Formats: sequence, C-alpha cells, structure tokens
Amino acid sequence: MQDFSVATNWFHALLAGVMPEWLAVTLECLLIGVGLLLVYALLALFYIWFERKVCAAFQCRLGPNRVGPWGLLQSFADMFKILIKELISLNHIDKFLFALAPYLVIIASMLAFAVLPWGNGLQIIDFNVGIFFLVAVSSIGVLGILLAGWSSNNKFTLIGALRSGAQMISYELSIGLSVITMVAFAGTMSVGGIVEAQNHLWFIFSGHIPAIIAFVIFMIAGTAETNRGPFDLPEAESELTAGYHTEYSGIHFGFFYLAEYLNLFIISGVAALLFFGGWMPLHIPGWEGFNHVMDYIPSVIWFIGKAVVLSFIIIWFKWTFPRLRIDQLLSLEWKYLLPINLFNLVVMVLVIVYGFHF
Amino acid sequence: MADIKGIISSLFPQAVITDGDIPQITVKNADWHEVASTLRNDERLSFDFLMTIVGMDWMENGMGCIYYLNSTEHGHTLTVKVMAEGDRKQPYINSIHDLWAIATIYEREVYDFFGIIFIDNPDMRRLFLNIDWIGYPLRKDYDNSPDTNPVSTESERQTDFTDVYTLKDGKVEKGERRIFAEDDFVVNIGPQHPATHGVLRFRTAVDGETIKKIDIYLGYIHRGIEKLCEGQTYMQSLPFMDRMDYFSAHPYHHCLCMAVEEAAGIKISERAQVIRVLMDELSRIASHCLFIGTYCMDLGATTMLFYTLRVREQILDIFERTCGARMTFNYDCIGGVMQDLDASFVPDVKALLEVLPKNVAEYNKIFTGNVIAKNRMEGVGVLHRKDAISWGVTGPNGRGSGWACDVRKVAPYSIYDKLDFEQVVRHEGDSMARFKVRMDEIMQSAKIIAQLIDNIPEGEYCVKVPAVLKLPVGHWFKAVEGCRGLFGVHIESDGNTAPYRLKLVVPCLPAAAVVDHITHGQKIADLITIGGSLDYIVPDMDR
Repeated sequence: MQDFSVATNWFHALLAGVMPEWLAVTLECLLIGVGLLLVYALLALFYIWFERKVCAAFQCRLGPNRVGPWGLLQSFADMFKILIKELISLNHIDKFLFALAPYLVIIASMLAFAVLPWGNGLQIIDFNVGIFFLVAVSSIGVLGILLAGWSSNNKFTLIGALRSGAQMISYELSIGLSVITMVAFAGTMSVGGIVEAQNHLWFIFSGHIPAIIAFVIFMIAGTAETNRGPFDLPEAESELTAGYHTEYSGIHFGFFYLAEYLNLFIISGVAALLFFGGWMPLHIPGWEGFNHVMDYIPSVIWFIGKAVVLSFIIIWFKWTFPRLRIDQLLSLEWKYLLPINLFNLVVMVLVIVYGFHF
Repeated sequence: MADIKGIISSLFPQAVITDGDIPQITVKNADWHEVASTLRNDERLSFDFLMTIVGMDWMENGMGCIYYLNSTEHGHTLTVKVMAEGDRKQPYINSIHDLWAIATIYEREVYDFFGIIFIDNPDMRRLFLNIDWIGYPLRKDYDNSPDTNPVSTESERQTDFTDVYTLKDGKVEKGERRIFAEDDFVVNIGPQHPATHGVLRFRTAVDGETIKKIDIYLGYIHRGIEKLCEGQTYMQSLPFMDRMDYFSAHPYHHCLCMAVEEAAGIKISERAQVIRVLMDELSRIASHCLFIGTYCMDLGATTMLFYTLRVREQILDIFERTCGARMTFNYDCIGGVMQDLDASFVPDVKALLEVLPKNVAEYNKIFTGNVIAKNRMEGVGVLHRKDAISWGVTGPNGRGSGWACDVRKVAPYSIYDKLDFEQVVRHEGDSMARFKVRMDEIMQSAKIIAQLIDNIPEGEYCVKVPAVLKLPVGHWFKAVEGCRGLFGVHIESDGNTAPYRLKLVVPCLPAAAVVDHITHGQKIADLITIGGSLDYIVPDMDR
C-alpha cells in the first residue's frame, strides 16, 4: 500500500535542509492552505456538475452537455459567471453580519476538511479528538445560516433561518449519537485510529446490526444537516423562495452554494470514514490475494470514490422524495431517530462488551 | 320545474316569475334577504349552490344583479333578478354572504365593476382593480379615457382597513374594519412567489409557522375580459377564452361557442361535436398531468414534473398538428371547429392512449404511495362537502369533497350523455383526495377518448355561419366542465353584433377564495400543499 507520509516526510526534510524549521513549517502550512482551497473549489465544481448530471438522468434529460466534453466545463463557466456578478448592496440590513455570514458557513466546511482522511498518510492533522473536532466545527455553519437569515431583515429569510436552526440543532444530536456509537466501537476518536481499526474489515460489516442502524441514521441526519431534500426546508423554494439566502447575490450567494455541496462531500466523507473504512481498501479476512489486489488501488481513490458513491445516494434522495413539513421533520428526529439511536448505542456497547462482532 | 314555480309563487306572491330555460324570479331588494334565505333553506327548494352573481347595468332601467342558484340535491337551477335601490351614485343591495360563503367574493366583484354596494358585506373592497381606481368600468356610462385613470408609476396604496356599509334609517353608512389584528405578523406570499402559480398574493398572518388568517389579494393579471367582450363581436370574443385558464382553452371555447350557437339557433355537425369533445378531454389530461407535476414540485419532488410533462408534451404535439398552436389554440369556432383533424391525429392519440396507463401507474408508484407524500397530503386542508358547496368550489376540488358536481354528468352538454364514463368522487375532502380525483380523471378522460377515436363520424367540421352574427334580444347561460370545474357563460344580448353583457363564471375564483377557510391553524408548508391541490390558475380568476 502506498504511503503518502513517505513523500510528505521527504518534502519536509528537503525544506528543513535549506531553511530553518519554523520557516519550513510556515511554508508547508501555506502550501497546504492553497492546496486545500484548490481541492475545495475543484470538488465543489465537480459536485455541482455531478448533481446536475445525476438529476438529469433521473429526470430523463441530458444535463449540461455543451461546455466541454460531457459538459464538464459548465461548472467552471458558472463559477466565472458568479464571480463577476454584482454584489447588490441592500439597505436596512445589518451590513457587517450580512457580509460575515457566508464566510462563517464556508469556514465551517473548510475546517472540517482538515481532519478528513484523504489517503494513507494524507491527512492534514490527525489528533486524538479528530472526529469530535469535525462535529464541532461543522456546527459553526448553523451560526452562519442563522446570521444570514436574521441580518437580511426579510421575513422569508428569517423563517428560513429559524427553520434551519431548529432542524440543524435537532439533527446534530443524531449525527453526534451515531458518531459516538462508532467511536465506541473503534475505541478512539482519532481519525487515523478509526481508519486503522478497519484494517481487517470495514465497520459496517464488522459492527453488523448496530453499525448498519447507525449508518442509516447517519445518512438521514446527514441529509438533514446539509439542508438537502427531502429535508431542504430552510430553502424550500416553493414556500420561502430561497430561504435564508434569498437576499444574497454574487459570490456571497456562491459561498452558500459551495458550502452546501462541500457539506454534502463532508457528510459522505465522514460516513465513509466511520462505516466504510475511510481510505482503507476493502479487506476481507482470509482472502489474502484479494486484499493484496485491493491495496494496489490508491487510497485517495478509495476515499473519494466512497464519498462520491455515498453522495450519490443523498442526491438520489433529493430527486425522488417530496419535502417534509417542519413538524414532521422535528417529530421524525425527536420521536423516532433519537430513541432508536440511544437504544442502538446500548446495543453497540453490548456488542463490544460481549465481543459479538467480527 | 313547474313545481319550483308553484312553491315560489305560493311563498312569495309578490315575486315576478318569468319562464325560460332557466326560470327567473324578480324580487325587490327589501325582500331579497328573506327570499334568499327561504330559497337556501326550504327543503323543497334547497338552492345551496350560488353559481355566480352577474352585475347588470340597464341604464335608465336601473342597476341590479342576477343571481344564479342551483340545488345540488334536486338539480334545478333558478335565476333571481334583484334591482338595486338608491340612485346611480350609490346603488345598494342587501348582502347574502351569510347564506352562501362565496357571495362575499362575488359581491366584491360586482362592487368593483358596477359600484353596487352590498349592505352588511364584511369586506367591501375592490376585488381586481387598483384600490384608488376611479369609476366602475362595467357601467355603461363609464368614461374609459386614459386621463381618468392614468397609468401609475407608483406602487399601489396599501391599507389595513376595509369598508363595511350598513343601512340606518334608509341611509347608507360607511364604516371601517381592520383586516388583520393590530399585532399580527403578516407575510406576503406572492405576488411573485413560485407556489402561487402566477401573480397572486396571499397576505398571510402567521403565528410562528401556523397560519392565522389569509387575505387574498387579486387583480395582478386582470385584463377586463368581460369589458373587452362588450366591444367585440362574438367571434372576436372567442380568443379571449384561451387566455383565462390557458390549460382548459378547449372547454372554455366550447362553452362560449355553445352559448352563441344556441342563441343564434345554429346546429353543428356530429363530427364537430366529436372533435370538440376529443379536444376537451385531451386538454383535461394535459391539464391534470401538469397539475400532478407542478403539485409534486411544490411538495419538493421535482422529478415528477418531468415525468408528467412528457405526457403533456405528447398531447401538445397532437394539438399543434391539428390546431397549429401549443397553447392558445383558438380552435373551436361558432359553427364547429376551425379546421379538420390532421391525418396524424388518430394514430397519435392511439399512441398516447397506449402509454397513458403505464405512465399513471408510474406516477402512483413514485409519488402517491410515498410515505412522505401521504404525510404531507392526507388530512391536510380538509374541505367538507357542505363548505365546498357553500364556497362554490366545483370541479375536481369539489369532487374530492364528495360533491358530485361534474357538469358532464349533472347537466350533460354536447354528446356527453351518450358516452360511457364515470364521475370520480372521493369523500375525504383533503389534499390527497383532490390529487387522486385528478389522477383518476385522467383515466376516465382516456376512456372517453378511446370510445370516440375510432368512431369519428364523417361530415363537415364547420357549418356555414352568417358573416355578421347578431343574436336576438334575450339572455342565455351555458356551462361546461372545464379542467378545473364549472365554467359558465352568461350572454345578455340587445340584438347587436356585440354582447350587451358577457359574464364569465370561472372555477378558479372560488378555489382561491376558499384557501383562507381551509388553512386556518395549518402550517405555512400546508398553504403550499393546499394551494397546490386546489390547482387554481390566476389569469382565470382575474380574467
């Protein structure tokens, strides 16, 4: 299995050889920051294209097919369009908070990128509370949405923001509890540790029933967390026009748009990490030859591939199901998902204690 | 029929009864409320459905209203002519809003166009025209010069108050009433809003996500079609029918043509009859398909729209090949239809009939059975049968509430009495029932088409009609089942080439008016569900 830490260590040694240690670290941080931004933008563009293609296929259409091969450059064109659009300045709004909100949303999703297990040795920071950090930073996004809705001084955005607040805080519980279930199973909160623990078999298989329940709940709650259909109430266009970002224009709107797609990737990435081994190739105990072949596929491809497949499922939800109503949404969380989740945690603990896992 | 007259003349000896297709009684304004209440409540009469109120201006003979009443129980129809009291400056009639809920809106319409004040109506604002409009356009002495009402560059004046008129010692007194409570949080849903399906505005008082009251604000697409028709010949009036409910252009055309043909004594060929019915039913399928698609999209299931539009496109292609247009067809004409069927018509329709059942089954599979869809629609926006009749909500909406109101069955016109089809009626009265009624009506329309498509009789498609068509003096009323409910035409002729008064009875106005009634205490999201399920078309209600 290729290990990217070899390359990164070599690069660090190279830099440290010609400059002082502090400068090397600063330079590396800068490089990583630029790289992250690039990956961020490219992924968002890919996701926009991907969703449009998938949804077109569901709807008996072709989707973008004019700009570039298979319409691949369409997202780039759209991005340039949004970059050169005017930022319409509004009166009677809280200008500072209004401008701050999209950055909060985008920072939340960027911070989460730092701990995703991109590949073997290709993780920006791996520390002992990695997954906890991820859950924590992704919650900052709610703040941005609430601020956006409130500072716009518009009744539609306010209702959208309040819906969003209620929804995201509720579903954060489910996310947290399914994460706890899997953390208990892994025995560590470190992202690298969780991936390593799935070396012989992915958690979704080794944790069997409780892991599958946790996965289903995680996917439902994750869809709700990213404000995507059928849980897209905060921006339910048939009710609230565009919800909390109704008043935004130009790149500020673009930030919300990007963040939505990146959150989709993050949720799928975390699901891949917790249930499908992160970058870990598919290993089946006893099948040494098969495991060896699987190792030849680069770990980055494993991770991104898993995330894209899981995103496909979430996109599939969106283009199939009608939207829930706010009270149905909250009762689904508080009356069904939360009790099931708590019960599932107990089952998982029993499975761990009595060793009923593979 | 004879017995209604007997009963009425025994109850009200002072009322004047006139014979006709539809018997008419003339009553004085002073007696009107009492007469109305008897007509409504007497078991032998039970006129529980107020079809429309036609405002009239007979110049020197005064102003007044013609009320079209129908009994859903006995099936008989009656018109009541009430002359307004007072002078032309301030004519007034007693309100009957307490007997028929929809009268509140219909009376506002008459007030808007004729300036007739309805005493005790709780909401005497203009309905369609600008709040500061000068004059009453459907009065015969209305000055329509642009100087009276210049095109305004300002926003329309908004007010939280409405007028109420009461009668004290024979004098009309004006009062004011608040529309919303003083501290209500009012959200404007519309006029530019994706869920109102056009420029319609709901002023919605909400408490959190719960709706307290909705004030419906109409007129953004009011074009004064009734007024325009008074200046056109009957043939020139026809194209306006395409431009109200543009999804049921064929049935609307059919209705006006039938009314004019009956008045002029024109008999049209068997072939033209069949073609008209075929077109009506095809547009019903197309309209219901669009309803299903847009409704699902309102509920967040965007993909369904494309599945239903596929069928609709197929029908529009069929229309295009025969009528030459995909939307405003102007196909039915006085004496028959504009041109003969295209050679591709029969095979195309057969191909459509083949795919239709498969498609409907697919819609049911993807949407109707979905648990989220069920939760969103079942028990939401329940409209009881009694209320549906009182509010005059006809068409699939009324039938979803258990009111068998299909004009094709209740008062068959054209060749519908010879056709074998069922009236789809459901009794739940909720959004799901309205949705399912339309789903089933697609299949019933397909059944009608299947019966006719192989049996289109030979003959001329259009009989000769005099180039200058003058109707004799008199009045006529015809109703058809449009895609959204009862569409009626009341023609009053003074013997000229143009109608003296052409009143259009539209199904969407009651459907929109009832929204306030059935959204009380529901969520904002339910407003979308309910509004979508009522399937109103804004140009239809605004005219």
